[in-house]
Amino acid sequence: MSDYRKMWADLGLDLDAHDQLLQALPPTYHDVYLTQTNRPQKMDYFDFVVNEIHGLRIQELQQHKQQGGKVIGTFCVFVPEEIVRSAGGICIGLCSGLETGSGEVEKILPRQICPLIKSFMGFKLGKICPYFESCDLVVGETTCDGKKKAFELLNDYIPVHVMETPQMKRERDYKLWLKEIKDFAVKIEDITGQKITAASLKQSIIDTNAKRQALLRLASLRRHKPAPISGKDSLLIEQIAMYDDVTRFTQKVNELCDELEERINSGTGVAPANAPRIILSGTPMAIPNWKVPHIIESTGAIIVAEEMCTGLRYFEGLVPEDASSLEEAYANLAQRYLNINCAVFTPNNNRTQRLMELVEEYQADGVIHVSLSFCDPYSIEATQVEKACRQAGIPILKLETDYGQEDTEQLKTRVEAFCEMLR
Amino acid sequence: MRRAGVDIGSRTIAVVVMEEGKIIYSTVVDTGYQPNETAAALLTPFAAPVVATGYGRHAAKASFAREIITEIKAHALGTAYLFPEVRTILDIGGQDTKAILLSPQKAVVDFVMNDKCSAGTGKFLEVMAAALGYDIGEIGPAALAGKPGLKISNMCTVFAESEAISLLHRGTPRQDIALALHQSVAERAASLLKKISFVPPLVFTGGVAQNPCLVKLLSEILSTTVYVPASPQIVGALGAALHCATLI
Ligand code: SF4
Ligand code: SF4
Repeated sequence: MSDYRKMWADLGLDLDAHDQLLQALPPTYHDVYLTQTNRPQKMDYFDFVVNEIHGLRIQELQQHKQQGGKVIGTFCVFVPEEIVRSAGGICIGLCSGLETGSGEVEKILPRQICPLIKSFMGFKLGKICPYFESCDLVVGETTCDGKKKAFELLNDYIPVHVMETPQMKRERDYKLWLKEIKDFAVKIEDITGQKITAASLKQSIIDTNAKRQALLRLASLRRHKPAPISGKDSLLIEQIAMYDDVTRFTQKVNELCDELEERINSGTGVAPANAPRIILSGTPMAIPNWKVPHIIESTGAIIVAEEMCTGLRYFEGLVPEDASSLEEAYANLAQRYLNINCAVFTPNNNRTQRLMELVEEYQADGVIHVSLSFCDPYSIEATQVEKACRQAGIPILKLETDYGQEDTEQLKTRVEAFCEMLR
Repeated sequence: MRRAGVDIGSRTIAVVVMEEGKIIYSTVVDTGYQPNETAAALLTPFAAPVVATGYGRHAAKASFAREIITEIKAHALGTAYLFPEVRTILDIGGQDTKAILLSPQKAVVDFVMNDKCSAGTGKFLEVMAAALGYDIGEIGPAALAGKPGLKISNMCTVFAESEAISLLHRGTPRQDIALALHQSVAERAASLLKKISFVPPLVFTGGVAQNPCLVKLLSEILSTTVYVPASPQIVGALGAALHCATLI
């Protein structure tokens, strides 16, 4: 790691704070991930990525920048990454899954606010995230009020381009969204200095679809009993999907899937076939937020799918690859992205509907709904999710928690009791 | 064949030992600062297999317990043994409150627990008793003699305490304040029970079930009889012992 210190210093990181962060990560990762038994061998790539989380990938970003390339950061799966890449940029999802720098943050944000928002502000104010510090621009959206207003503040520290995401899905919302995507394209061209062409956009749509297809392949393998891979490992892959090199990542996920297919053929699983099968639903779990999945799988249950933005909402739905013009490609993008069932939409019935289908498809025994504290869209929508589950006779447990560890014991009791109910 | 159950809670440790389906020994002690050691020492003389429940269950599993179950399941088993007709359980312990709904076959079908804070738990009553100058055993009977009408609006232990103290300064009789505090605990418990659409008969367990004022208020608010076991603090440990009997 020592070779990276100069790079971190050049990026303007607060080295002391950054050291502390790095020291906290490895033990957590070890306890949560490396103690799992019977893991697929091909997880070694993803372990390596985490190990090098502030090293190799950052170096790659720096090399890209030295050659005049630009790095664009995003916070939401609504931002079309295809656009960034078609203009020669690298698009990375900024993580925000860890509480940090709260002292600084509370100077500018209220205490009672969603931990995800607090986290990205903390990373920026504390200068401890090399991804953030590598960004030439970050892209915000008008999804929830907390984020929308926080982006105004963030703009004091780094240039923010805000996309207006609609709150409904009518024809006029689609038109607005299409316009927003085109404006975004112009903004990105402006930053990278490269024009987006029909050919370059087509290529990046193909690449991104390949990434989605690899993740969909992984997801569909998890439908098997016994589950060939743990939910924690799958979540990690879904988290890494947001910032890793697209082509390499796609290849590595496919290699892992090859191994999982062999496992399925030989009946090898990470948990017994009768382990309770859980679908996680709710707010995104940004890296390194593994708290609830770790609690769930430590009881012997297995998570088979994530109905979350770090999960199916990110990779379900492909973009048509056969657009005959740039205009048509933008329209296809707008359509695909507007289909995401995020709780900031009203109404959002498609989400609960999809969840009910997932329970069938993944042979799930129950749903655990997790919302982050102070996240209104998801904690309110939890009521509808609960109602739909009850009507369908699907056991559901609703949890609300943040990034702190104080409530671990209480969460354990709830989760264990829920799993006892399912057995 | 002897079977033992232990409930290692935040305030107390309860032990139940059974033989041929009968309780032959039970005890409740303070949790203290070495809960796992205390629990192990209580159990050693019986040389029986143990199932553990409560907050300390995982530590117990790592040292002496054969198996663990959650408090939810333990209370369901223990209560159904004592009251075969039970459909809903309210358990108020030192640091949490739970409401558990059972099927006619006594399987847990739903449950809710209070969130992180201690509002409405045994801890809440303990702090309030101290603020009003009562022993924990005195506050319930004293509240029964209180005059109704007063309302404590805060459920947060810290704020409710300062609300109670400012009422004292204004000369409000302490038993009236005690009654208002019980009222708020009872209402909170009732709202948890409503969340799981409770079905009578209702059994009230946990240390706080020994409080006569709460039992009375709950049955008034819910318009149903509230049944309390003779030793409400051992129900979790009893459930654990019963579960142990099914294992071997
Ligand atoms: S939950 Fe909604 S706002 Fe958050 S990342 Fe997902 S789509 Fe974006
Ligand atoms: S988790 Fe909820 S409150 Fe937080 S940023 Fe996402 S939508 Fe907004």
